[in-house]
Amino acid sequence: MLEIKNLHVQLEEEDKKILKGVDLTVEPGKVHAIMGPNGSGKSTLSYVLSGRDGYEVTEGTATLDGQDLLAMEPEERAAAGLFLAFQYPVEIPGVGNMTFLRTAVNAQRKARGQEEMSSTEFLKVIREKAKELQIDAEMLKRPVNVGFSGGEKKRNEILQMAMLEPRMCILDETDSGLDVDAMKLVSDGVNALRDEGRGFLVITHYQRLLNHIRPDVVHIMSNGRIVKTGGPELALEVEENGYADILGEAV
Amino acid sequence: MALPQVKLDATEARLAALALPAGGSWITAAREAALARVREMGLPGRRDEYWKFTRPDTLVQPEAPKAALFSHDEAMPFLDLDRICVVFVDGVFDEEASDDLGAAGIEIERLAIAGAQDIHWARDLYGKLEEAGQNPVMRPLAALNTAFATDGVAIRVTGKAEKPVSLVYHHRSETSDAMLHHVIRLEQGAELTVLENGPAAARFNKVMEVDVADGATFHHVRTQGRDHERRAATHIFARLGTESVFKSFTMTANGVMTRNECVIELTGDDAVAHVAGAAMGDGDFHHDDTVFITHDAVNCESRQVFKKVLRNGATGVFQGKILVQPEAQKTDGYQISQSLLLDDDSTFLAKPELEIYADDVACSHGSTTGAIDEDMLFYLRARGVPLKRAQDLLVLAFLAEAVEEIENPALRESITVRLQGWLERHSH
Repeated sequence: MLEIKNLHVQLEEEDKKILKGVDLTVEPGKVHAIMGPNGSGKSTLSYVLSGRDGYEVTEGTATLDGQDLLAMEPEERAAAGLFLAFQYPVEIPGVGNMTFLRTAVNAQRKARGQEEMSSTEFLKVIREKAKELQIDAEMLKRPVNVGFSGGEKKRNEILQMAMLEPRMCILDETDSGLDVDAMKLVSDGVNALRDEGRGFLVITHYQRLLNHIRPDVVHIMSNGRIVKTGGPELALEVEENGYADILGEAV
Repeated sequence: MALPQVKLDATEARLAALALPAGGSWITAAREAALARVREMGLPGRRDEYWKFTRPDTLVQPEAPKAALFSHDEAMPFLDLDRICVVFVDGVFDEEASDDLGAAGIEIERLAIAGAQDIHWARDLYGKLEEAGQNPVMRPLAALNTAFATDGVAIRVTGKAEKPVSLVYHHRSETSDAMLHHVIRLEQGAELTVLENGPAAARFNKVMEVDVADGATFHHVRTQGRDHERRAATHIFARLGTESVFKSFTMTANGVMTRNECVIELTGDDAVAHVAGAAMGDGDFHHDDTVFITHDAVNCESRQVFKKVLRNGATGVFQGKILVQPEAQKTDGYQISQSLLLDDDSTFLAKPELEIYADDVACSHGSTTGAIDEDMLFYLRARGVPLKRAQDLLVLAFLAEAVEEIENPALRESITVRLQGWLERHSH
């Protein structure tokens, strides 16, 4: 489903290479985790895949269901089924959470040639999904992420994911800033979305998130490359011994 | 002090093109006094400090610059509201198109009729707030209006007015030069909403004097027409009594020249004054909000919220002042002016001022200029919102703080719809 081949990326503004040949394939129904130390290029990978400005792809390809992601605008990638749960969800004063979500849902439907969701239907669906994530009506009415706690912001990301029903979900350090209860809530939200047709790429520093969202495959990223790939046991190894051992071994 | 020759010449040239309207008793005296003020002050020139950011030339020159009629299919605002319509075409009252003023349920009459009566309440208001508002800063175009305004309405409300008074200004002549002067008196505890819309004329000079007595509430919502080439200099002068409320909102979309002055004096304790504006300019657009709020009494609140969206070389100006007199303790003053520049060609000039003589006050002011936030834009796009739609959402979000100053939900909605309409027609 998601296929990344030999991806090389550098910053646009300066001659700094961040990704140095990433190869990765996520199959439908699978959860892949990427772990790695700070500065290894994990977040850059998520931004490049979702189309953020400021990065230059110098080599390689990234496709979603065979479509060239790198040639698409961010909104086209979203309509094609790519979703990035942000590490730092952005606050947007003046735009109501509901307005935002309905605009997004209907824009994607329109782009895919589907009928737009009526406001009654939308309300019904969002109320249901919000309830599961313990997001109350008040939070839905407030401007996007404004005044939300760290946990509320992450829950809001998962609510968006649930509403947009993407094919391929990238979670960028979704566990950062979460306490144990919030982590459970968010993980339950993610697990509820696990489906045969849907792929996940979970980016994290720590193994603890992977206790809740059980990965099928774990990759270790370092210095812009995936240096080791294995099963869930690889995450436990990191937790026990830190990155140094594994990296030493891989180099 | 004698006026500089340049100013004197410009003033006399303008006055030579005008004649004092005939008739009336007390109003003639008021007009003559205002004419004397104009001669004493001289009309604004480009060297005047108060006109540092806005060139007054085209507002002062004898003939109105030509303004092409702008045709568009956008419906007029407020159409579906139950309201009392008072229609002016190029500054002339249109009886046919207006509602029957005699049956309006409130006292509302044309200025000419009010001015012709020997005894009339408007005598104590017409030109009076304008005159008081000339100090400490001169506003000669307002005095010019008091002297030469050819039409307008006098409205007096004693209770809660059931319907808003809707002043509708049509522009049908490319060379029209209109001057309207309205006087509005809200007696103790009265409530009134006044709506204004339309481009009015090729050049429009309008003064509105509003006297809000103790416990009275006045709401004002206006949209200034979209004619690209129209010019306008407007003044609102308001005097607020104890526990009275004054709230004014203006939306301006296009117009090569707009100067909106608002002069408010809070004279009674616990009074509230809010002035807000949302302006959107594309191309040859100059929009100036000049506000002067004086706190004379204890425990009053004032808010100024002005937002401008500018692109393609448009210019926005804000001059806002809060003056807190020594006796005005417990004043709560807030002022914000912000611009969103959609490209590198546009300009925002701001002069926020606070002058405080009381020691127990809370006053804050801020002014910012910025572009659309790239992080917000990316966040919206990453959720599938197309670029143009995402930009529009962020522009509306930027204007929201000003629009939210409109208390009535139906009016707020009607303004939001117009803002969206503007954005749809003006692609980025």
